Amino acid sequence: MSTGVSGGAAADVVVVGAGIVGAACARALARAGTRVTVLDRGAAASATSAHGEGNLLVSDKGPGPELDLALVSLRRWTVLAGELADELGPRFPSVEHEPKGGLVVVASEPGLAGLRELAAGQRAAGVEAVEVTGEQARELEPDLAPGVLGGVHYPQDAQVQPVVATEALLASARRAGAVVRTGVEVTGGLRGADGRLVGVTTSAGDLAAGAVVVAAGPWSGEVARRLGAWVPVRPRRGTVLVTTPMSQRVHHKVYDGDYFAATQSAGAELQTSAVVESTRGGTVLIGSSREQVGFDDRPRAEVLAHMARRAVAVFPFLAQTNVMRSYLGFRPYMPDHLPVIGADPELPGLWFATGHEGAGVGLAPATGDLVAAALLGADPAVDPRPYAADRPTLSALRPDVSDAQAAQVTCASGTTEKAHEGVRP
Amino acid sequence: MNGVRGRHVVVVGAGPAGLAAARAAADAGARVTLLDAADGLGGQYWRHLPQARPAAREQVLHHRWDTYRELSAAVREHPAVTVRASAQVWSLDRLDDGVRLHVLVGEPDDAGRAPLALAPDALVLATGAHDRTLPFPGWQLPGVYSAGAAQALAKGERVAVGRRVVVAGAGPFLLPVASSLLRTGAAVLGVHEASRAGALARWLDRPWELAAVPGKAAELAGYVAELARHRVPWRAGEAVVAAHGDGQVEAVTIARLDARWAPVPGTERVVAADAVAVSHGFTPRLELAVAAGCALTPGRFVVVDRAQATSVPGVWAAGEVTGIGGADAALAEGAVAGAAAAGADPAPSAVRARDRARGFTARIEAAHGVRGGWVRWLRDDTVVCRCEETTYGRLREVADLTASRETRSVKLTSRAGLGPCQARMCGRTVEELLGAMDPGGPGVDRRPVVVPVRLGDLAALPDAPELPPTPATTGDPT
Repeated sequence: MSTGVSGGAAADVVVVGAGIVGAACARALARAGTRVTVLDRGAAASATSAHGEGNLLVSDKGPGPELDLALVSLRRWTVLAGELADELGPRFPSVEHEPKGGLVVVASEPGLAGLRELAAGQRAAGVEAVEVTGEQARELEPDLAPGVLGGVHYPQDAQVQPVVATEALLASARRAGAVVRTGVEVTGGLRGADGRLVGVTTSAGDLAAGAVVVAAGPWSGEVARRLGAWVPVRPRRGTVLVTTPMSQRVHHKVYDGDYFAATQSAGAELQTSAVVESTRGGTVLIGSSREQVGFDDRPRAEVLAHMARRAVAVFPFLAQTNVMRSYLGFRPYMPDHLPVIGADPELPGLWFATGHEGAGVGLAPATGDLVAAALLGADPAVDPRPYAADRPTLSALRPDVSDAQAAQVTCASGTTEKAHEGVRP
Repeated sequence: MNGVRGRHVVVVGAGPAGLAAARAAADAGARVTLLDAADGLGGQYWRHLPQARPAAREQVLHHRWDTYRELSAAVREHPAVTVRASAQVWSLDRLDDGVRLHVLVGEPDDAGRAPLALAPDALVLATGAHDRTLPFPGWQLPGVYSAGAAQALAKGERVAVGRRVVVAGAGPFLLPVASSLLRTGAAVLGVHEASRAGALARWLDRPWELAAVPGKAAELAGYVAELARHRVPWRAGEAVVAAHGDGQVEAVTIARLDARWAPVPGTERVVAADAVAVSHGFTPRLELAVAAGCALTPGRFVVVDRAQATSVPGVWAAGEVTGIGGADAALAEGAVAGAAAAGADPAPSAVRARDRARGFTARIEAAHGVRGGWVRWLRDDTVVCRCEETTYGRLREVADLTASRETRSVKLTSRAGLGPCQARMCGRTVEELLGAMDPGGPGVDRRPVVVPVRLGDLAALPDAPELPPTPATTGDPT
């Protein structure tokens, strides 16, 4: 292998973050024979991965590198769901892979025109995108609002139960030899004499490693800072409403045409759109909201009201249903709307697998494969360059070295010094 | 009247603590809004027939009925108090400058409940507790009731849950439940208290403290005498460890317990019964306290200081959310909290009463607190989460398969706690079985949506909720 593990290293690779992306990276690396240790300051599958809907979507992505990755990753999920079930056995909870398809609906002529244009581009990129009339949409979803003029049906869209999916990937990784340590927080980096990152310091002691993969979702920016590096991931808050269980009346993942615009926007203000789907448990999940309020976790009733209005506009029957729960979480938002998958341009030994915003569950398998291919020098399934950490859209944002904040970096010799002094002489 | 004149105090919960708080705050010069989800005052403790069909016998069914009559009349007639019944606080926003309560007013099943938003100067949380039932084989059978449900049916509807009823669990609450059942005509076959005589002897520790709570001592003595009159056996160190029946409770197994509450093998006996009322203590209703950001104790009650102030400025708490102490403690704490929330110094007599009552709270926990040995009466096929029918065996299996002891993950992989009750019944149990208590954190008690809300009601909320005009100084006897 090419990671250049020094003698006495406790792990070939340390993955920071036991969410869906970290789990997928750990599994891919462990199955390729790498000694992997996954660290998480909390529990596995407890942050972003536990606070979304488990979306596997192509429908919400315009033509481009994210869509390319999604197309590969969604095919991987189809295989992976079966692999995990075979490997982990019938007693392991099901990842609930549901190739239910997505249905995007609009209620205005301009909305329909915009959606058609998006779908045409998506088709050219390899997406199955079938235009439907209002009547056809109601055949797919009989309870749609009468005002729906039409839409696009996306048979490739699917869903998994994200917490089970994360736990399943971690269980599979463990079977391949990975070690998962929860409740262990990364506090800084270990540096070799040449400045290379050779491990991490943690709340439970130092851990040497040939490479460190940061897969800490919206907290990746902070982890990178502690390691003496930079990645512009920011938290973007989202909320999900959960109804009481009912007999199934929503059959696809149904959302209104504004959702695409919301995912692509950069605005910090509250944005909501209707994203409605059933789960195997009989509940209906209602999203979505986007807010940039840092890691503020105080819920606001106003957000729920906005989301409720959007959902009722798509499915009027929902007005009669009861919301029994809401939860909010933080997506890892990137200013250029692409994940960062690859080596840090300035700190050898540091890798990123983060910044997937709301698409981490869908993009996790392909991300894990890309990370493993890059670390092990194998051929990647997709061209990795668009996701590189040194892409122009990120380089333009990179702070000057003198702006770099001090990070706790421990040289392998044991002395502690400021990151930018050690890394960027 | 030494508080800040005109300060708006909102009190949530109109049981003993909330009523006492509302009166104390109003007496101290505050304008008070008292909210309760029920259609009348009194809370669970003074649950009674609706005013439309009053009963002369309320006095018989209720302790301190005179206290209730006096307190509720004082609150209703006080010009500075606005009473809002059928007012459900469904969410609390914690803003930089205080809290905002979101309320829906109307019958829970009605469409189009009226929204109300309140931004109080001070908030008193008196949200109470619901009783907790530990699972046992067969507890999902019809005929198994929580003692609180049996009590509510007896007090609120005059309905006995069965003809031959076994009362079991832990704590002094079992006594009034048995009493209510007797008074609604049921035969109570026995009251089985899990704590053994040794633990119960702690009731006799520091007897001067108990003597200082004369109402409580007399109340308990009255129940004991009543049980004796009806020849109802009261047995310490015993539990209902299984319920049996074909679609309905027909019998229960009672066993002796050791000091850790583990059943003693060979002591089981089967008793024919058509209903069981079981409670093993209380779980505080913490949703609003958690939403407000209040610090919690390791045992997960709201942390309060000597003035009943929580860790959050502008928020006070009283009654069972601060510790299970019964009505005397709730009345005393409410009086202190209400005055303090109004900006006044609580009356020294109220502070003294509260301090005495606190001793009683500690006494209950010492004598009746849940002991870990109870898990020994579980079987692999015992249902732990009744909403999702997750069994004890499945819960352990999933935790082992995923190598996770974290409640949120195991809930989502085992489905325990995901159903309509939102882990109110099983949440603490799941945490204990996983060894995943969240000390000082909210654990399973974080529920931003406090009660189920119709999506239509949510959708109808005004965009920027209009705060109502300040309450009129004339009372609104809703």
